[in-house]
Amino acid sequence: MKPRHEAVFRRRERLRKAQNALMTGTFSIAGWVAIVFIFLIFLFTFKETIPIFTDKEIQREANVHKFFVEQQEGPTITDRFVWQPTSDVPKVSLWPIILGTLKATIVGLLFACPVGVAAALFSSEFAPPRLREVIKPVIELLAGIPSVVMGFFALIVIATWLQDAFGFTYRLNAINAGLALGFALVPIVYTISEDGLSAVPRAHREASYALGATRFQTAWKVVLPAAAPAVFASFVLAFGRAIGETMILLMAGGNAAITSFSLFDPLRTLSATIAAEMGEVVVGSAHYSSLFFMGTLLFVITFVSNTLGQLVIKRMQLRMQGAAS
Amino acid sequence: MKLAARVVSTLLLSIALVACGGREQHQTSTDGAQSRSSNKPITIKGSDTMVILTQRLAEEYMKANPGEVVQVNGGGSGTGIAALINGTVDLAMSSRPMKGDEKQKAATSRGSEIVEHPIALDGLGVFVNNTSPVQHLTLAQIKDIFQGKTTNWNQVGGPDAQIILYGRENSSGTYDYFREHVLEKGDFHPRVQTLQGTAAVINAVGRDKNGIGYGGIAYAKDVRAIAIQAEGAQPIAPSETTVANGTYPLSRKLFLYYPSSAPERVTKFAQWAITPEAQALVTKVGYFPLNTAQ
Repeated sequence: MKPRHEAVFRRRERLRKAQNALMTGTFSIAGWVAIVFIFLIFLFTFKETIPIFTDKEIQREANVHKFFVEQQEGPTITDRFVWQPTSDVPKVSLWPIILGTLKATIVGLLFACPVGVAAALFSSEFAPPRLREVIKPVIELLAGIPSVVMGFFALIVIATWLQDAFGFTYRLNAINAGLALGFALVPIVYTISEDGLSAVPRAHREASYALGATRFQTAWKVVLPAAAPAVFASFVLAFGRAIGETMILLMAGGNAAITSFSLFDPLRTLSATIAAEMGEVVVGSAHYSSLFFMGTLLFVITFVSNTLGQLVIKRMQLRMQGAAS
Repeated sequence: MKLAARVVSTLLLSIALVACGGREQHQTSTDGAQSRSSNKPITIKGSDTMVILTQRLAEEYMKANPGEVVQVNGGGSGTGIAALINGTVDLAMSSRPMKGDEKQKAATSRGSEIVEHPIALDGLGVFVNNTSPVQHLTLAQIKDIFQGKTTNWNQVGGPDAQIILYGRENSSGTYDYFREHVLEKGDFHPRVQTLQGTAAVINAVGRDKNGIGYGGIAYAKDVRAIAIQAEGAQPIAPSETTVANGTYPLSRKLFLYYPSSAPERVTKFAQWAITPEAQALVTKVGYFPLNTAQ
């Protein structure tokens, strides 16, 4: 009786091991596929950028010096730094486009970060549970709005409201584009911050109440600092999304490559330029390589910001643990 | 363990299904290649200005010739010409003539000369908001406005307000035409807001009381196309007669391009587009027929 029992057991054990190996293999392949894809995309983008550094023919029209240093004649910076790649004398300064990207990103973050964090504080600390059940899915639904719809709404509706209210000279400007972008960023900031705030242990709150702090003091001075790594992580992710966002800015930003620090001027972003001009460009031309250079630039910016963000978050988490122990 | 077994079997099943799917697809594609020779779609790509026109022509053509399929795509004249050179379309539609080097490239890659085939005339309108008091501008004034030398409407007989510029992105034939014929190959000012398509320009000017933009006049709606004054001439408003007889300064031809070695189904469509029947359709859509040209 006994040996048969053992054989069944052994067979089961072997099957279990085989299944385990199969599933582990499947999942690790899936993981590696994602990594390999990102790597290949970067490799492709970078490969198309290389002529900027090596090809003499292309360098006559576009090179790193022309992108960042060269100036035209003119009284204002708008005239001096110009993106005009298809003109008879191509001008390929990237400053108007980089400035446009930064303006939209900053306005978007200035709107989305306070709103997102405040909403997260409200729903995790102040809202009655039943209200919370409603707020969370509704804000997360905002993330599901396609950016082309958001862009169209900003183009047709928000732009008119803002112009009527503030009398802007340009209907489509950095404020309008940044605001529309902000709407797309709020759910990112909110979701991650909210998760972080909810994860703060009850003990923190109870200790604070025991010391006589009000609800607001507890939320603002105890819970929010304790969740700082999560809140900061949400800002980093929102920044990454803002830099790469295309459709909203293509539609609501006015798409004029102007070198200007004014928030009331139209703007054009790196991603929108790639989207608008890639369709027409002659493959292998200087203009084509320039667009890929912008793509690489975007890649590098998000990569660096994400890495720095991760480092800061690690630091904050360590300090938090240090403070707790 | 039951769960694991189920996952494994699902995986296996899905792999099997994918494998089957692949084989099926393969079969249909080979079948298609054999039977499709008669009704392989004619593909056309290019000028956004011409999309409405070519689309209507294609519909009518397909109605008249059952079995023929014509696919029309926009993207801008430059996009269409690039596609013709790359060999991904049968015909390119363009609102500007192909440049010499483009023709050469296309001829080398397609293995035969490229045929230039005008199918209609179009007036390029300069649009202002309906509320604008400005009735006409000279070509030189328009040039200065789009180059940023004239920045206030009061310099050209309008109210004291900054001029807001709208234009097309640089893949557009309309952009090229305007740059060549109005700006005399100069640059647009960076403050020109580039929008995707003439319809977007019209929409923006319609909402902006200080706006000015340009585009094919077939699209004009809720904006006013101003009269244009060439040097030493009277201001001329765009209309069928002024565009057709060439007195309106900004009239242009709209072209189809195809390699002379193109199969008969392609050339047949191009030839049909200039028959009186098709030209009547051209007028209906808001463009101007060829045969009344100078």
